[in-house]
Amino acid sequence: MADANAPYRIKGETGEWEVVIGLEVHAQVVSDAKLFSGASTKFGAEPNTQVSLVDAAMPGMLPVPNRECIRQAVRTGMALEAQINRWSRFDRKNYFYADLPQGYQISQLYHPLVGEGTIHVLLDEKDEDSAKAIGIERIHVEQDAGKLMHDQHPTMSYVDLNRCGVALMEIVSKPDMRSPAEAGAYLRKLRSILRYVGSCDGNMEEGSMRADVNVSVRRPGEQFGTRTETKNVNSVRFVQAVIEHEARRQIEVLEEGGQIVQETRLWDPDKGETRTLRSKEDAHDYRYFPDPDLLPLELDEAFLDECRSSLPELPDAKRQRFERLGITPYNASVLTAEVETARWFDQLLEAGAEPKQAANWVVAELFGALNRRGETIDNAPVSPSQAAELLGLVADGTISGTIAKQVFEVMLSEGGSAAGIVEARGLKQTSDIGAIDTEIDRILAANIDKVEQYKAGKQQLFGFFVGQTMKAMQGKANPQVVNERLKAKLG
Amino acid sequence: MSDLTAKTIAELRDGFRAGDFSAREIASAFNDAVAGARALNAYTVETPEDALASADAADQARQAGELKPLSGVPVGIKDLFATVGVDTTSGSNILKGFKPPYESTVSANLRSAGAGMLGKLNMDEFAMGSSNETSAYGPVISPWKRNDGGNAALTPGGSSGGSAAAVAAGIAPGVTGTDTGGSIRQPAAFTGISGIKPTYGRCSRWGIVAFASSLDQAGPMARSVRDCAIMLEAMAGFDPKDSTSLDLPVPQWEAGLSSDLRGKRVGVPREYRIDGVPHEINALWDRGIEWLRDAGAEPVEISLPHTKYALPTYYIIAPAEASSNLARYDGVRYGLREQGEGGLEGMYAATRAAGFGAEVKRRIMIGTYVLSAGFYDAYFNKAQRVRALIKQDFRNAFEQCDVILTPTAPSAAFGLGEKKDPLAMYLNDVFAVPASLAGLPAMSVPGGLDSQGLPLGLHLIGRELDEQGVLNAGLAIEERAGFTARPGKWW
Repeated sequence: MADANAPYRIKGETGEWEVVIGLEVHAQVVSDAKLFSGASTKFGAEPNTQVSLVDAAMPGMLPVPNRECIRQAVRTGMALEAQINRWSRFDRKNYFYADLPQGYQISQLYHPLVGEGTIHVLLDEKDEDSAKAIGIERIHVEQDAGKLMHDQHPTMSYVDLNRCGVALMEIVSKPDMRSPAEAGAYLRKLRSILRYVGSCDGNMEEGSMRADVNVSVRRPGEQFGTRTETKNVNSVRFVQAVIEHEARRQIEVLEEGGQIVQETRLWDPDKGETRTLRSKEDAHDYRYFPDPDLLPLELDEAFLDECRSSLPELPDAKRQRFERLGITPYNASVLTAEVETARWFDQLLEAGAEPKQAANWVVAELFGALNRRGETIDNAPVSPSQAAELLGLVADGTISGTIAKQVFEVMLSEGGSAAGIVEARGLKQTSDIGAIDTEIDRILAANIDKVEQYKAGKQQLFGFFVGQTMKAMQGKANPQVVNERLKAKLG
Repeated sequence: MSDLTAKTIAELRDGFRAGDFSAREIASAFNDAVAGARALNAYTVETPEDALASADAADQARQAGELKPLSGVPVGIKDLFATVGVDTTSGSNILKGFKPPYESTVSANLRSAGAGMLGKLNMDEFAMGSSNETSAYGPVISPWKRNDGGNAALTPGGSSGGSAAAVAAGIAPGVTGTDTGGSIRQPAAFTGISGIKPTYGRCSRWGIVAFASSLDQAGPMARSVRDCAIMLEAMAGFDPKDSTSLDLPVPQWEAGLSSDLRGKRVGVPREYRIDGVPHEINALWDRGIEWLRDAGAEPVEISLPHTKYALPTYYIIAPAEASSNLARYDGVRYGLREQGEGGLEGMYAATRAAGFGAEVKRRIMIGTYVLSAGFYDAYFNKAQRVRALIKQDFRNAFEQCDVILTPTAPSAAFGLGEKKDPLAMYLNDVFAVPASLAGLPAMSVPGGLDSQGLPLGLHLIGRELDEQGVLNAGLAIEERAGFTARPGKWW
């Protein structure tokens, strides 16, 4: 595997190139109602059933800001360690399209709600030295557009305005990323933070998170090149593919003596390539100006305090706390990546599980089982308190690790408490020296040849004797006692 | 009972309360008058059944002793207030046949105060005009004629031309208007009636077809200052559906009426003495100053130094906002649709070409230009800065005076078709526009007739929220001007 800390370079015909990446992520705000109208935001409703008079831009209708959407964006800004602007303003971005009833999108160009912030990513989860800080330029709040449906009528397109007016946060990064891997790490971390905060569900398939990917190339250390923007890319994998494809395309153009045109491009996932949507010459003149229907947004201290105090423990803080509990950096990182996992694990700790053992068990045993069964942690068949009981039985020596696996399988397939299963099936671990000695004596007698080989120096046979004893004891013997007795008898 | 149509709102209200006549008698008298005055083209829709139904409700309410402030009083509604199930076109072909499923807050307020509706009133298309000649329904003909023996058709002014003509002709005792840059005050002056534009934010803009959002403000037009106070009380009030609505209680303006101006200072701005204004208008202004002195006020000369920039500023800001506000008329969801050629773009072009008149197109183009990249700073931004200076002018002036007196318009009503140059037309609002840019309450009251027998108005501008001061000064003028002239009935 390549060193995550080595700079990412693309080899062209004429030498090495560096890629410069900036991402504009559109994240749908979690809120029951739209940004400026009371209409519902539920996904998947029948077309045009969640459209208010304001969304349909009927004559004389006026926008009224939804406090919850603003609150979510402010909380997100706080989670990204960003400057919160107590005074911000909405602007109109004017353009004509059938999915945009007002003929303008209410957005924030001149005075965004949130200013500069930072996202800390680990390029390699096992390597703390692979940390990188990626700058956030700004976050602003804006309306989403509706959706055109081209497959309903032979000659006409239909419009669905359900999504029209739903609140989006546009999270704009600085051009701080230098490889597809960094962009992937940034997106995953951003998504994780949004989901911790609860301001966006991060569901890229349903379009709750989409990215505009800005890519340029340059000779390492030289000035930024001309960038292109590829719009509306809806998965981490596609974002990375766009970067790779677009960087190579640009390098080819430059190496053939051409120039990069600043333009908007589209990603074609079927062909795996980007193509021109519109060039700078055709670019819209959006005629931004302050929306005269809305007053400037002024945030008071009480509002900001509430936003701050309602923030949960965020992934970085949680990971550090887990590490302080003795959990390995890798496990801590895996356990905190997804908010559901982190919550489940925190409940497991609260139920009394020993952190290090619990972390190993979740990452190896629970994740393995969920993978096998095609389940996620939200609907895990075992609750944190059930798991804590199982781990407790191992910790106090009631059962061995091997038996624990067996008990866990029973819990998965039949349900029930760990203690109940151990009791009913007689799986309790034994430290009964008499019983263990009896079995050891029998095994040594039956394997005199191996005993002699061992005594002659073939030390690795020790494991064989342990295995045979455990097998004879149906796994219930205390492994430590078995070890001690064997050592004594083999001399 | 035809003399009922000669009564003021206060007289109708009080006579109805006293049992001198029924609400049905009032409504019938006005319905007949409306039907008999179609030559004026003041109404675009007549709603006699609505007026009668409200009258019957009022008659029952009187029986039950549950009278409301405007019980028994029918009013006319300017065609840009959304009225449930009744055509609301803003004088435009693009909205021909549009029947909103919602009621504007202002007209709903009038209804809940007990008022009935006589019909919808003709107006300049999207309130863009000063003569009512831009209406898709054709111009309103003023009930007034020059005393030169000729029969020239005169303008009632605009954009609230149908509203003004209706009150002057006695086919509505009171009406709603809207004022963006003089659209209540100039037609009131041209037709010898009173009209007040309250402080920006007093009346909700919800459900009013927008022209320029930062300037649009609804207000009443009626025969007397008292009637304006009565109607404004019913129309005004905080509306959570309009973010720019003022969250303040509505003062009892009628009860607060007083023409005793002792202790008040009347500002006379020297910049309003401009070249080319007929002597008669300046002479009336001087008489107005004397009337206010007679009422106890002290005249003081003031300066509003940025006055000369008001009109150009207005003609940047208002079209800029309009160009965006009118983008929603695209043929997609309601109103006119012309299929055109070339898909969506073709439909937009064909619909808007056919649906908008020349003046509206001119302002959309001006607005688009001043907001476009490269011109935004030079035009729109500079205009916003000048607007702030104009506001500051008034703030400074109101340190030296309590109310400002000026002429309402630089001329009396002109003949239809006489003003062909748009710039000459725009000059009509030279005295009205500064108060609009500053969001201040301002009113026109009739002061007398010119040598041609046409009404001239005096214009009062007050401090922010001081509608009472404006109304009181208006009342003092009304009492002293003794303006009783009425147009002879020729229709």
